[in-house]
Amino acid sequence: MRVARHQQHWIAFSTIVTREVRRFLRIWAQTLLPPAITMTLYFIIFGNLIGARIGDMGGFSYIEYIAPGIIMMAVINNAYANVASSFFSAKFQNHIEELIVAPVPNYVILAGYVAGGTARGLFVGLIVTVVALFFTHLPVQNLLLTFSVVLLSAILFALGGFINAIYARSFDEISIIPTFILTPLTYLGGVFYSISLLPDFWQHVSMLNPVLYMVNAFRYGLLGASDINLWLAFGIIVLFIAALSWYALHLLDKGTGLRK
Amino acid sequence: MRALSIQQLHKTYKNGFEALNDIQLEVEQGDFFALLGPNGAGKSTTIGIITSLITKTSGRIQVFDADLDTDRELAKSYIGLVPQEFNFNGFEQVKHILITQAGYYGVPAKEAETHADELLKKLGLWDKRHSSARALSGGMKRRLMIARALVHQPKLLILDEPTAGVDIELRRSMWTFLRDINRQGTTIILTTHYLEEAENLCRNIAIIDKGQIIENTDMKSLLNRLDRETFVLDLKQPLTDLSALADLCCHQVDSTTLEIELCRSESLNSLFNRLSECGIEVASMKNKANRLEELFLTLVESSETQQ
Repeated sequence: MRVARHQQHWIAFSTIVTREVRRFLRIWAQTLLPPAITMTLYFIIFGNLIGARIGDMGGFSYIEYIAPGIIMMAVINNAYANVASSFFSAKFQNHIEELIVAPVPNYVILAGYVAGGTARGLFVGLIVTVVALFFTHLPVQNLLLTFSVVLLSAILFALGGFINAIYARSFDEISIIPTFILTPLTYLGGVFYSISLLPDFWQHVSMLNPVLYMVNAFRYGLLGASDINLWLAFGIIVLFIAALSWYALHLLDKGTGLRK
Repeated sequence: MRALSIQQLHKTYKNGFEALNDIQLEVEQGDFFALLGPNGAGKSTTIGIITSLITKTSGRIQVFDADLDTDRELAKSYIGLVPQEFNFNGFEQVKHILITQAGYYGVPAKEAETHADELLKKLGLWDKRHSSARALSGGMKRRLMIARALVHQPKLLILDEPTAGVDIELRRSMWTFLRDINRQGTTIILTTHYLEEAENLCRNIAIIDKGQIIENTDMKSLLNRLDRETFVLDLKQPLTDLSALADLCCHQVDSTTLEIELCRSESLNSLFNRLSECGIEVASMKNKANRLEELFLTLVESSETQQ
C-alpha cells in the first residue's frame, strides 16, 4: 500500500519520536531519576535550609521564587542532553545511517529528534514540578503562558543539543557545551536570584543571557513576577529557535559530521 | 527498465584521493548483479554514493528512472541496503529495529508489523524478536541486516559483502533466500570477496579497480574467456616418476597430489585416458581455484600492468 508523501513524512516523524521516547523511558534510571534527585536536593538545601534564612525575594518566599527557575533548569538541561546524547550515539554506533539511507527529508529528521528531546524536557519538568509541590505552593497565574514558555524553551535547547551532536566527534565533546556554556548560563540566568539585586553593569550583562528570558517568562506564568518584559522574552526565544533551526538544517543539508 | 543507471560518476575525497573515476554502470530490472573488486577499489564508495551515505563529486545516478539529485526521496524509497558493518542500535529489540526502519520509509504501522513478522519468520529470527540486537549471534545479526533492508519491500536490494564471516551452512541458506527474492522480482546488486558466491548467484558482473570499471559483462561470457584451468588430483597410489607426463603442464605437490593445468581446447576425457595409460588412478579431483577467481586475478593484474 503506497501512501501520499506528506503521510510518509508524518509516519517517519512519529517513528523517530516514538523511538526517542521509548529510549528515554527504557533508560529511566539515567534520564528521569537523576533530575528528580538533584532537584529534590536543590529544594532541600537552597529552598528549606538556606532559603529560610534569606527571607523574601521579589515579594515571594525564597523557595517559591526559585521553584520556577529550578523546573526550567531541569527542562532545559534534559531537552538538550536527550538530543545531544541520542543523536551522537546514533552517529557513534552508525545507526544514523538507517535514517540517511531512508527517504526522510532533513526537516523531518530534525523535527523528530527535537520533538523527542522536548518530550523528555517536558516529562522531567512535570516530575520536578511534582517534587516542588512537596516543598512549596505553586500558584499558576497563566497556564497557557506557562506551558508555551516551557515548550518553546525545551524546543530551543533541543535544537542546541542537536547542533552539538552534529559537530561532536567524541562523547567528551557532547559534555563540553553543557559544562562550560549551558550550566553557567543557567546559574547566571536568574534561577536563584532576581537580577535587580545586581549592580547596573551586571544587570545589563545578564540581559544578554537568553536563559534569563526563559526563566523569567516562566516565573511570570506561575507567580506573576518577572525581571524582564514578557513580549521581549517571547521574541528572543522565537528568534533563537528560528536561527538554530535554520543552522541545524543547513548542517544536515551539507551532511556535516554525517556524510563523507 | 533499468534498476540503476550510473553516468560519469566521480568521487575525490578532501585529501585529494580519487576514489572513483568516471564510473558508468547499468543494471537491468530483475538482475542479480555482482560488483567485484579488490579492497579499496571503489565498491563501497560507489554503494555509499548510491545510498546517499557519501556525497559524490560529480555524475548522475538514477534508480528506476528517479534521479537521485532531483527526485531524491523517490529514488531512495526503491533501495534497500545491507551494509558491510553492523549498523543497528544494539540496545533495541529486534522487532523494533524492523518496525522503526519501515516507519522511516513511511510504511503504516500495521503493514510494517506484518512485513516484519514475515521476515523474522523467513530468516529464522522469530524466536529472537523480543531480544536486544546485541544479544544475537554473528549470523543472526547478518540476517537481521537483511530483514531490515527488506522490510519496506525495496525494488533494488544492495548487499555489501553480506556473508563476510558467516559459516558455510548459513551462507548457503542466505544464497537460497536471495535467489528466492530475486526470482520474486527484486533486483539485487552484490559485492563480495567470495567469488564462488558471485559465480553461483549473479548473472551479470562488473569489476572495479582503482576507481574504474575494468570489466562489465554477463557471467557466462566472462567465464568463457577463461582459457586455462588448474585441477588438483588426489591419486590412489603414490607417484614416483613424473617423466611419463612430461608433455603435460603438471606439477607434483606431494607423492599423492598432482596439479595439472589444462587449456579449454583439451578435454578431461583425454586427460583421464592419458592418466589411465600411465597406470595412474585418480581418487578425486577439484579445481585449484574458483573459475571466477582465476579470471578476476588475471583482469586485476592486467589492469595494474596497464597503469
